[in-house]
Amino acid sequence: MAYVAVKGGREAIENAGRFFRYEQVKGASDPLALDQICEQLHLAVDRVMGEGALYAPRLAALALKQSSGDTFEAAFMLRAYRTTQPRLGYSIGQSTENMRVIRRISAAFKEIPGGQILGPTSDYNLRLLDFALAEEASHTHHRFVKELFADVPQVSPLIDTFPKIIEILRKENLIAGCHENFRPEAKIEAEIYDVTRNAITFPVYRSAALQAMAMGETGGLLALAYSNMRGFGVVHPYVGELRMGYLPVNVVNPYTQKPELIGEIKVTEAEIISKLEANEGDPKFQIGYGICLGHNETKAISMGVLDRAIQTGEPGVPSEDPEFVLLHVDGVESMGFCNHFKLPHYVTFQSELDRLRKVQEEA
Amino acid sequence: MKLKQWIEENGSARKAAPYSFAFIDEGAKREIRRKTLKAVAIPGYQVPFGSRDMPVARGWGTGGIQLTLSLIGPGDVLKVIDQGADDSVNAVNIRQFVQYTTSARTTVNTKKATLIQTRHRIPEERMGKGQILVLQVPIPEPLREVEPSEKETRRMHAEADYSRIWLLLYEDIVRFKEITIGARYPVIVNNRYIMDPSPIPRWDLPKLHMAEALFLFGAGREKRIYAVPPHTPVRALEFDDHKFQIEDFGDHACRYCGERGAFLDEIIDDASGLRVYFCSDTSYCQKTRGKKDGFGDRA
Repeated sequence: MAYVAVKGGREAIENAGRFFRYEQVKGASDPLALDQICEQLHLAVDRVMGEGALYAPRLAALALKQSSGDTFEAAFMLRAYRTTQPRLGYSIGQSTENMRVIRRISAAFKEIPGGQILGPTSDYNLRLLDFALAEEASHTHHRFVKELFADVPQVSPLIDTFPKIIEILRKENLIAGCHENFRPEAKIEAEIYDVTRNAITFPVYRSAALQAMAMGETGGLLALAYSNMRGFGVVHPYVGELRMGYLPVNVVNPYTQKPELIGEIKVTEAEIISKLEANEGDPKFQIGYGICLGHNETKAISMGVLDRAIQTGEPGVPSEDPEFVLLHVDGVESMGFCNHFKLPHYVTFQSELDRLRKVQEEA
Repeated sequence: MKLKQWIEENGSARKAAPYSFAFIDEGAKREIRRKTLKAVAIPGYQVPFGSRDMPVARGWGTGGIQLTLSLIGPGDVLKVIDQGADDSVNAVNIRQFVQYTTSARTTVNTKKATLIQTRHRIPEERMGKGQILVLQVPIPEPLREVEPSEKETRRMHAEADYSRIWLLLYEDIVRFKEITIGARYPVIVNNRYIMDPSPIPRWDLPKLHMAEALFLFGAGREKRIYAVPPHTPVRALEFDDHKFQIEDFGDHACRYCGERGAFLDEIIDDASGLRVYFCSDTSYCQKTRGKKDGFGDRA
């Protein structure tokens, strides 16, 4: 018989990679252009940027194309690309009050200062398949845009800043501070604990916790947050405010030491309000904070719920335990580990076999 | 060869690979080296490090790869094995990646490598002075079996509070008359820290004890580096009246080279339903066969 285990691996691997590429290109359709992905699949691009922790729409589109649309794989490629880039510095902390808002709603109050701005959303659409889209041409896009703006004489821009809803509650002394089980922030570099440069340790810094969730996988965050809101937990969330828009990015100019605007990034932010059952003093609300790159409301809300949940003093359920949440929501890590079980394990399996046989002999 | 000289000689040819030498940016490499030095200074202690994302998936050896990439220089000779085999799928993939970003020389010969990255095995041939073995680690925490919380296991290590893992072994003996841990058998390093030796078979544990080579362990997903420096005592957990045992292959010998003193893979021969055995360490197997055929050591 042939000694199959020794040789032939290299050729098989190369062919498997070629076969994967063949699956992408074997059809008769035109190759996808990155512009098409950026513009027409922008939510997928946003999701990949958020989970890949890199704000680079064209690279995210490329990753989606290369991975045949697998968002786990695409985020993974962006993460790997990050590793090749030096860390040049940190941007200056930015209040989201200065966000150039596209969408902004509160579910806690009917009327809010500045108004409810629905912006672009499919929330209220009936999810009926639109068969007209199956055969559309570029002129249908142009016509839609033309008709949309036909009756609009002029577009008045939105106001520059919107007040934060939770600030109103804070003034009434209804908002509790962060739970003290976070570690006091270390004074390092940009006064944040950079989880892409340091391992997360426990008790966790709040800045580390927020970063870990902001780069977490949407589905992973959602599953844990859902477990809490459905019954394995006590967070009854109110969406105090949900915002989507563009945040300016300012950095300190290394030569002049003055802040400079270098661009803006699209983010989604959710401030979740939930009642805190205080052991002493008056009951208050506590805020859970969610933010992520791009337009991804499910992720921002899930993160907000989890941020609130991990501030529960004594964790009673998994989603309230910072270790459980923060070490399991990263899609690149969990996907990689899950798939590594496809690798050969015959040495360890041999060791297990040896033990089982020995135990059976003794029995 | 000095790195500067290497860049001068290879710089222009390397433009095809649009990445810096050994992929990782230099600041990150320095950090990984610093953490590695700390690990060497405290044998068996898990040092947290800022694990970078690699173009290889988490769980596929990213900790080992980061160690390899931060250590490798132009003069190194690299060997990569998975399950003992140089040509196993993941070993091929990792070797190609390191070659692509460093143009390092590679070998399958354990004795000729300066740096060996491995998953699940320590080579059969004893490694010598100056050689480094980088082991890929899925779960660096030996106490994870008895305690899921990281905060708690770090306290247990700090206080050398290891009663629960001893109890685990004891309960195993009570229930099965045997310790049923197959691979990933916990060890005590330098009479201080209990350490996860990575999922190597028990067969390989004695090779860690008072060795000539440096063993580095990298867990990328869990973001830990730890080490067993040369001449460090490493002992498997055992009781006075219940000793640690390595795998027993009975009378079986390698079908290919006839060796009895090596860890064997059990392969089901689908034609007959019989089991046949082969050396897990393919380079060792080739050498053994070469010697028997009179070709000497030319692998």
